[in-house]
Amino acid sequence: MNILLAIIVLGGIAALFGALLGFASVRFKVNADPIVEQLDALLPQTQCGQCGYPGCKPYAQAVANGEAINKCAPGGEDTIKKIADLMGVDVQPLDDTHETDNRPKVAFIIEEDCIGCTKCIQACPVDAILGAAKQMHTIIIDECTGCDLCVAPCPVDCIEMRVLPKTIQNWQWDLANIPVKQLD
Amino acid sequence: MESIIERVTRGNFWTFHGGVHPPEQKQLTSSKPIKQLPLPKQLILPLQQHIGREGSLLVEVGDKVLKGQALTSSNNPMAVPIHASTSGTISAIKKSIIAHPSGLSELCIFIDVDGKDTWIEREGCDDLSKLSQLDLITKIADAGIAGMGGAGFPTHIKVNNKADINFLIINGVECEPYITADDLLMQERSKEIVNGIRIIDKLLTPTFILIAIEENKPLAIKSLQQKTSAFDHIKVCAVPTKYPAGGEKQLIKILTGQEIKSGSLPIHTGIVMQNIATCFAINDAVYHGTPLLRRVVTVTGQALTQPQNVWALLGTPINFLLTECGAQPQAIKGKQNQQAVIMGGPMMGYSLSSDLVPIIKTSNCILVPSAREMPSAFADTSTEVECIRCGQCSDVCPSQLLPQELQWSAKAKDYPQLEKLNLSDCIDCGACAYVCPSQIPLVQYYRIAKAEIREQQQLDLKADKAKIRFEARKLRLEKEKIAREEKHKKAAAARKAAMNKNTPEAVGAKSAVAAALARVKAKKAKDKLKESALNTKIEDKETIPEVVSDEKDQVKAAIARAKAKRLAKVKEKQQVNSVAEKSKILQESSPNDASKQEEKTLTKISVANNENNVQSQDDKKIKIAAAIAKVKAKKLAQTSYKNDKVGEPNTVSSTGESPQKKDLIAKDAKKAKIASAIAKAKAKKELKEQEKSLTNPENEST
Repeated sequence: MNILLAIIVLGGIAALFGALLGFASVRFKVNADPIVEQLDALLPQTQCGQCGYPGCKPYAQAVANGEAINKCAPGGEDTIKKIADLMGVDVQPLDDTHETDNRPKVAFIIEEDCIGCTKCIQACPVDAILGAAKQMHTIIIDECTGCDLCVAPCPVDCIEMRVLPKTIQNWQWDLANIPVKQLD
Repeated sequence: MESIIERVTRGNFWTFHGGVHPPEQKQLTSSKPIKQLPLPKQLILPLQQHIGREGSLLVEVGDKVLKGQALTSSNNPMAVPIHASTSGTISAIKKSIIAHPSGLSELCIFIDVDGKDTWIEREGCDDLSKLSQLDLITKIADAGIAGMGGAGFPTHIKVNNKADINFLIINGVECEPYITADDLLMQERSKEIVNGIRIIDKLLTPTFILIAIEENKPLAIKSLQQKTSAFDHIKVCAVPTKYPAGGEKQLIKILTGQEIKSGSLPIHTGIVMQNIATCFAINDAVYHGTPLLRRVVTVTGQALTQPQNVWALLGTPINFLLTECGAQPQAIKGKQNQQAVIMGGPMMGYSLSSDLVPIIKTSNCILVPSAREMPSAFADTSTEVECIRCGQCSDVCPSQLLPQELQWSAKAKDYPQLEKLNLSDCIDCGACAYVCPSQIPLVQYYRIAKAEIREQQQLDLKADKAKIRFEARKLRLEKEKIAREEKHKKAAAARKAAMNKNTPEAVGAKSAVAAALARVKAKKAKDKLKESALNTKIEDKETIPEVVSDEKDQVKAAIARAKAKRLAKVKEKQQVNSVAEKSKILQESSPNDASKQEEKTLTKISVANNENNVQSQDDKKIKIAAAIAKVKAKKLAQTSYKNDKVGEPNTVSSTGESPQKKDLIAKDAKKAKIASAIAKAKAKKELKEQEKSLTNPENEST
């Protein structure tokens, strides 16, 4: 009799708490920021496809599903470190199939060679190339992400990647390296 | 507000947190009048001399310009034009080092001075009441005036404000050591300054105007008090000397007791601040129509024999100013063969990397210290040691930040933490670095961090923009695809509908299709018929009398003979060639083979062997083919010869049928030609294939 009572009481408590927890999980559900969005925010949004995915968001999706975190060449070490922090995995060196030079670059069209084929316009992921069929094309520097996707489709090889010049606007202090000219 | 005025008139000011009292060193220049300099030989005018955007060029190389002529035009509210500071010829427009800590080059206009100093026509004004607000603002904007205190914010934006202004504060504090440019300007040109202040008064209509001057400039205070005694709402305030009392937020705190929140501007609390030199420039612009062409610059430091304030034309290279103020070449050389030249004061200035840097609208001081005066400017190595957590830096910080915390986060590049610690409120005053017993250059760390944060923000902005554009493009492409598909569908539907209708065109189209179908059917039927006919014909042919075939045979034989001869010749040639080639290849390959086998380097041997094998195999094939061809040709020749012998009398006897024969011969010749062309093409193809098979293994092996 006593045992039965105990079972009933404990069972009752368990059922009560179970119901309570079940209710709470529905009522107070927290919509966490999906990991893919967070990853996408860390990526440089060049949409270059060097990672093997057609854009930054697909790569973010892939990383969330367990893809290697070291495939973003434009992001470089910094981005890898941030992704590693977010995903709770070890920092890996950048995939060595990529170039290590990630100074900011923009595409440049050598305009006298351009034949106006519009192939680069179709390749540009951010619509940063201006032009029309049989008209000379040009790059909108401020919109170019430097993904170099337009270089390969050009049939006359008139597109090259140029390193952005250092200006007062993007200059960084480097205490060890301020150029000093001797006065004479 | 009344209480503020009461306190100000009583001279009972508020005080800001922290601050330091560095040695003033103003006595070097404060007692000498501002010196007028001769014209320099060349002026270098950077296109951008202030915060905001540079204007667009109005002149070209080779143009003659007059003093006061505009060189750029502003097409942006944040841009002000620059003007030729004296008359001359534009010798170049190119990149040159400008007054910036980076030592980077920016676009500059070089003017070769002609020495005549010819003015462009100016439009002055005697009566302020004749000018409307818009006229005044246009005049100020066209004169290229930007805040001359340091930051260089375009003045016409600052004085064009619709909000209610309680206080207009004129900043004559000049708290940084060594600098006396504003002090001297107030002593010598107080009348013009007050006129300038009254122009701003007219534009902003503030309730009160406070002219703030540090107590250590008694002459300037006296001079301005005299000139403003007639105006009730203008008060000259002698504020206590403390660095950095001249900071915008610090001065507002001293005068009004109000603190400007982080991220907000003084204008939001009804306060506008202008620099003394800016007021002077506004007076010049409005009353005389003179654009901003010159400014007072303090050229000082113990390395100079005649430190003093000078009227420097904008664009004057600093080496000209230094020689005018008694810099000795050997002194400039200094101990380490290098003299520190600092643009700005000792607390906030930066070392210059070239002595060709020009004076711009915001440069107020050039400091040339001796090694004894400022050892840190000459030290090759940093004397920085570890932070001892003494906390003096946070005691003196005028923005009430935590400099040592900031320093650690800056070294660790922990930018989110730096933002939490309000790094953006740091005014770069350098008080923390001044008191640091460990000689940590704190401000430098903050400057680096600020620049990097700014860069990161720009990158983030760019990334966001790229993302938006990428998504927009994807959406557009999808839409276009759907639209295209729909179009195709519609077109197909339209075609079908048109076919099903009973309009005459539709009927016509239908009948056309039907006719085409019928034609195809008819053709098929015909083909079948032909086939059956051919079959019967072939059977018939077999029964045709032999005479005809005999004649034909003779002609054929003749042609075949000729062909064979030609073929034989060609084959012989080919054979000779191929044999020669083969022998060559063999000669080349066999020694190689031998030597390489001796070497026994595994990979190389295998590759070479493969090559040789392929080559020799191919050679063999060629040889065999040539041989077979030769044999065939011989056979052919023999048979044709026989035929010839047999057929000759026939041809002679049957001369009567010659026209028919000729026709036949011509036809056969044509056929032969075609056949030879096909053979040629085939041979070419084979040759190509052979070449390919020869080259391919090589490619693979390499």
